[in-house]
Amino acid sequence: MNTSVANTARLLGAGLRALLALTVVCGVLYPLAVTGVAQGLFPGRANGSEVKDASGRVVGSSLIGQRYDLPQDPRESQDAQNPPEAAEPDLRWFQPRPSGGLGSNTLNRQYALLVSGATNKAGDNEDLVKAVTEAKEAVVADNSTATYRVRPEDVPADAVTSSGSGLDPDISPQYARLQAHRVAERNQLDVQRVEQLVADHTEGRVLGFIGEPRVNVLELNVALKALTEGRG
Amino acid sequence: MSPQTAGVLQLLALVGALALVHRPLGDHMARVYSSGRHYAPERWIYKAIGADPDAGMRWPAYLRGVLAFSAVGVLFLYALQRLQGVLPGSLGFASIDPDQAFNTAASFVANTNWQSYAGEQAMGHVVQTGGLAVQNFVSAAVGMAVAVALVRGFARSRTGELGNFWADLVRGTLRILLPLAVVGALVLVACGAIQNFAGIHEVGQFAGGSQQWNGGAVASQEVIKELGTNGGGYFNANSAHPFENPNPFSNLFEVFLILVVPFALTRTFGTLVGSARQGRAILATMAVIWLGFTALMMWTEFAGKGPAFEVAGGAMEGKETRFGISGSAIFSVATTLTSTGAVNSFHSSYTGLGGGIQLLGMQLGEIAPGGVGSGLYGMLVMAVIAVFLAGLMVGRTPEYLGKKIGTREIKLAACYILVTPALVLGFTAMAMALPTPPHSMLNPGAHGFSEVLYAYTSGANNNGSAFAGLNADTQWYNTTIGLAMLLGRFLPMVFVLALAGSLAEQRPVPQTAGTLRTDKPLYAGLLVGTIVVVTGLTYFPALALGPLAEGLAA
Repeated sequence: MNTSVANTARLLGAGLRALLALTVVCGVLYPLAVTGVAQGLFPGRANGSEVKDASGRVVGSSLIGQRYDLPQDPRESQDAQNPPEAAEPDLRWFQPRPSGGLGSNTLNRQYALLVSGATNKAGDNEDLVKAVTEAKEAVVADNSTATYRVRPEDVPADAVTSSGSGLDPDISPQYARLQAHRVAERNQLDVQRVEQLVADHTEGRVLGFIGEPRVNVLELNVALKALTEGRG
Repeated sequence: MSPQTAGVLQLLALVGALALVHRPLGDHMARVYSSGRHYAPERWIYKAIGADPDAGMRWPAYLRGVLAFSAVGVLFLYALQRLQGVLPGSLGFASIDPDQAFNTAASFVANTNWQSYAGEQAMGHVVQTGGLAVQNFVSAAVGMAVAVALVRGFARSRTGELGNFWADLVRGTLRILLPLAVVGALVLVACGAIQNFAGIHEVGQFAGGSQQWNGGAVASQEVIKELGTNGGGYFNANSAHPFENPNPFSNLFEVFLILVVPFALTRTFGTLVGSARQGRAILATMAVIWLGFTALMMWTEFAGKGPAFEVAGGAMEGKETRFGISGSAIFSVATTLTSTGAVNSFHSSYTGLGGGIQLLGMQLGEIAPGGVGSGLYGMLVMAVIAVFLAGLMVGRTPEYLGKKIGTREIKLAACYILVTPALVLGFTAMAMALPTPPHSMLNPGAHGFSEVLYAYTSGANNNGSAFAGLNADTQWYNTTIGLAMLLGRFLPMVFVLALAGSLAEQRPVPQTAGTLRTDKPLYAGLLVGTIVVVTGLTYFPALALGPLAEGLAA
């Protein structure tokens, strides 16, 4: 009995030493070495692909989606008991996809982190059917102008569904083109000029076949802002 | 170009890339596991362990090594999470609660990487990098070691020795996984995955205000998460998060990383048993199932049946724009047919039938091509079952690779294939019968049941993906899924190593005219049929209540 206990202890000791040795290699040396090389070769990307606007101010990351909403009444948002109404989109700017699954931290509340995530709702979930239907109505209403009527069947699926991360930085080129008339009207710009801007910011598939064509909303809005300000 | 055509081309590109590295990587792994040389860093590690890497182990000793190393791994990872609150370099994050810390420790050691926490708000740099990512390497190396031990059981005769566990563990980590991970991590950073040890970033936003996101050693963890078929995301959204999977190329590259080692191990197997054709028969079986599942998944997701998807005009809920439907479908099949469980799109929002394909992929036992190591040994156990069935049909004693499949071998193989269904169906039934666990369901109806079935399927098969609407951070789910993961990982390993030991002791039987040729397409076909029938019959009733009911109603 004693020898089997001693043998087990010896074996566990060997296991612990193996784990510690491999932790030094895979948990310390490896990440430090990769970080060193990554920071040397690709400092911008290794640190989050930050984007600056024309004035040099950092306005986010080209990889992380954000909202383009009208400012809310600060008194409302400070009142924890009565959460503010959903923010209204600022229709001067191109709008991203819905992000129904994005959360904020429920743990370690010294931060105000973006907690990525999806809605996880099934295709036959009534709540999801309702959310998609309402989103579609809103897209049609928001993007129809005096001279341009959006038909419901023209609204692409990405415009009315939440992404997997809730942080999708992109929209489909169809959704961007659909917004061009409204954006042009709100910014008193020529529609062709805005459509050209969308075309310039449309990224095709990698090597022609990998992934889907897409438009980065932050980069598009930064360019749009430069355009409106340049016009003065 | 239509999205469908682009999807098919992506799949072909993936097949081409996997074919290109199949031989060199498979042969490299065969050399690693049969090499007599020890490099200096390896000798230092053996010295630290106090092990003689050249000492052969019989199966009980090999198993004791696996279990001791894994037990220490669970305890160490549990302690690290429980102490996070007082450890430096943890961003001030609090310690993890006991039930969740147990679940997470079991999960990462069992190569499952089920996550009932949200990475960005719960785990600091020390736990992520020094705890979770380390298990991503070593749990994968343990799986490969067990697979190689089984292959040695077929290859060796009249010896009980299966090799040395410590040598297999260290070599698998240092000579196979680590070099691939270094290269892969830099590719991911070049695509845009972050790699730093900064704290929380606060950056301005376009429309005013600011947003806060985590820094972290993401690329270095992402690469081994895919390569070791682990699947535990740095962030809650896993590989859908742009910092983990920034663009369409990184997406296809990550699918490649998931599949590369499991497929190449079939070459290693062929080389070690002295017949490349035997390896190719196993490879063909895996490839047929993988391609078939991918084709079905693309078909059902592009069809987009389901009330919400029909209103939206496509099944884009839970999917990222840059990957689209085909990039998501390819990833989702690769992750559920291996033990990875990383997701680039959210499985709960797939069509009803798409969810069924994901569930069935895991329920096949993750053998096409399966987890690193676990896929190969799982497939070899099915191969043993298939020759047994063929033997019954013609009334001969079955043989595989020159070894007789006798009573003892078939009993061990049968035990192996019974473990996971017993865990999955038993725990699912319990969760549904008890009053409280069903409250964790997010979606109503058949899909709610699928959430629970998926959770235990994923846990017991060591996958780790989820129908993530289920609120799994409760004591019930943390504990039962934790147990399912540990039992689903280590009980089968007991049977595999016992089988290996029993095979290694046999003397080889000469091949005769009556021997079933296991390197021919006919046998590969029999193997596919065996897999589908054995699993299909086991899980069909449960699948009918969940994804089939949902999918056929849509």
